[in-house]
Amino acid sequence: MKRDPTPDLPPRLNESGLAIQPLYTAEDLEASGGLAMLGRPGEYPFTRGIHALMYRKQPWTMRQYTGFGNAADTNARFKYLIANGQTGLNVAFDLPTQCGLDSDDPQSEGEVGRVGMAIDTLRDVEIAFDGIDLEKITVSLTINGAAAIMIAMYLAMAEKRGYDVRKLRGTAQNDILKEFIGRGTWIFPVEPSMRLVGDTIEYCAKHAPKYSPVSVCGYHIRESGATPTQEMAYAFCIAKAYADEVIRRGLPVDEFAGRLSYNFNIFGNIFEQVAKFRAGRGLWAKIMKEQYGATQPGSMWLRMIAGGGGGGLTAEQPENNIVRGAYYALISALSGAQTMALCCFDEAYTIPSEYAQRLSLRTMQLLIEEMGLTDTADPLGGSFYVETLTNRMRDEMERIMAEVDADGGIVRQVAEGRVQSQVSAQAYRRQRDIESGALRKVGINCYRSDEAEPERAVEFHPYNEADARAQIAAFARVRAGRDAAAVAQALARVSADARAGANLMPAVVEAVKAYASVGEITQEMVKVFGRYREPVRF
Amino acid sequence: MSHKRIRVVLAKPGLDGHDQGAKVVVRAMRDAGFEVIYTGLRQTPEQVARIALEEDADVIALSSMVGAHLSFCRRLKPLLEEAGLADKLWVIGGNLPAQDHAELRALGFEGIFPTSSRLDAICDYIKAKVQ
Repeated sequence: MKRDPTPDLPPRLNESGLAIQPLYTAEDLEASGGLAMLGRPGEYPFTRGIHALMYRKQPWTMRQYTGFGNAADTNARFKYLIANGQTGLNVAFDLPTQCGLDSDDPQSEGEVGRVGMAIDTLRDVEIAFDGIDLEKITVSLTINGAAAIMIAMYLAMAEKRGYDVRKLRGTAQNDILKEFIGRGTWIFPVEPSMRLVGDTIEYCAKHAPKYSPVSVCGYHIRESGATPTQEMAYAFCIAKAYADEVIRRGLPVDEFAGRLSYNFNIFGNIFEQVAKFRAGRGLWAKIMKEQYGATQPGSMWLRMIAGGGGGGLTAEQPENNIVRGAYYALISALSGAQTMALCCFDEAYTIPSEYAQRLSLRTMQLLIEEMGLTDTADPLGGSFYVETLTNRMRDEMERIMAEVDADGGIVRQVAEGRVQSQVSAQAYRRQRDIESGALRKVGINCYRSDEAEPERAVEFHPYNEADARAQIAAFARVRAGRDAAAVAQALARVSADARAGANLMPAVVEAVKAYASVGEITQEMVKVFGRYREPVRF
Repeated sequence: MSHKRIRVVLAKPGLDGHDQGAKVVVRAMRDAGFEVIYTGLRQTPEQVARIALEEDADVIALSSMVGAHLSFCRRLKPLLEEAGLADKLWVIGGNLPAQDHAELRALGFEGIFPTSSRLDAICDYIKAKVQ
């Protein structure tokens, strides 16, 4: 019989709803399933890491989310970050581009180049990456609704620069199901959206086999109100839906699964976060091996970018965000992430300044150079607490996934707005808990310093209407200079292939090479697919 | 005795996809007893004015997180006035830097609730203004 040493302590639950004991021992670990799912780094089930030597061989890639104004502005910021030691790029597009609209569309008014860079045609993509070595610096495109077009533009740009597309590495976010849950840059209804994701995976598997066409995002689901275990469970359900879509087309699992990647969030309890990633790695490997019959280790790897933490940052006492960011980076390193990006301390209220972005980079570099985070793989492995929590959280993730599957599956749940409703109800409870003080948030409901704080001169990213007009003028010049007949023919093929049910990527690639615009190509697809209508459900 | 329930049209303007905050506010307003018509994402100024008119809104509320609030409100103001909704309460919440508040007020957005506003403060303000 186990003796509870602290019967009088009030219970403490983590965000995923699991009770946390004041002490963990070998008995607790055994009761949770022991070390059956542990293994060694680089070996199935990869709980301890997907590579044997982890950061000893190569530290994580540093990839701050960046982009604003036009392609030339963004190119300059890219080069600044690379000069400061950044090892990858994470591209922010403006909302018109993300929603498949050209800069001169009436709906784009006031939004061109505001929260990311404006892209109308291949010409802008050429400028954005000019002078950047695409073999040394891998590029991640944060684009979803318009992902097929942006992948085509990126591959076309690389090909024009003389790179062998078959060897080109890089990532597109291209996770449309989570856009319906949170983030909201959807364009087409759910079904054709799924088809487009399938088209990109299939096309890349055949033509750009090193390229990662999808990065499944638990990140934004968490931002929308999901718990850490829901974040992983929903992401896995979504990844499985994409896998099913391409397997249905006859593509063997080992031909594409190795290029699926993930994007996860970090904020909140340190140990819950580390356990989340370790649990997720083991669970994903098990799913791919046992449910999908994957045989290549790469197909079972949970490759991930982890960091961000936007939901944890506060507009109050923004300097605290520098400290929060440092802890989030530590968590990411302790969790064995392949790539790291941190939200900047000023990101709770503006597009990050150059200064804030450099500080985020330095935060990661400090961990590598001074703090010993790259010395050994999975440094928390073997802790009674972390291992027990890892087991418990994996069980919880499996339970949530089974619940989703039993209730119509993730695609249907998203299409009906049910996941959205669930996470939004949780976000509401969380906000109420913060306001009541039940959930402690430093600078908001405790340790406020209203009187002491001077009226701060906050630096905001300037938005310039003239830049938007310049972008529209540049687009007009490209339009005037291109071969109109070739454009018309390429665009006609896009809608024809959409109607015929063919893989759309070859037609899209042809269209972008003719300098057809994001908006024009999207419009061809809309003719066939229609537009998404958001189910408003509370 | 029977007060008419306060009717709020809460809209997400423009291309901004950040709806977590808006949905949280909708829930808080419903718990406060308001009738809330949430428009969903991607609303144009024309759509907001039309919905506000059709729904007989007492309150027209916007939630903007991406910095496009001024350009949107400048276009929305004449449309709301044209629709005869100038006497309704216009409020806006979200990522609204302090230096923009004066212009928002001048554009008719009397209630301004930047991020970190308390839910009860928003609901209490509306109750005090409408009843």
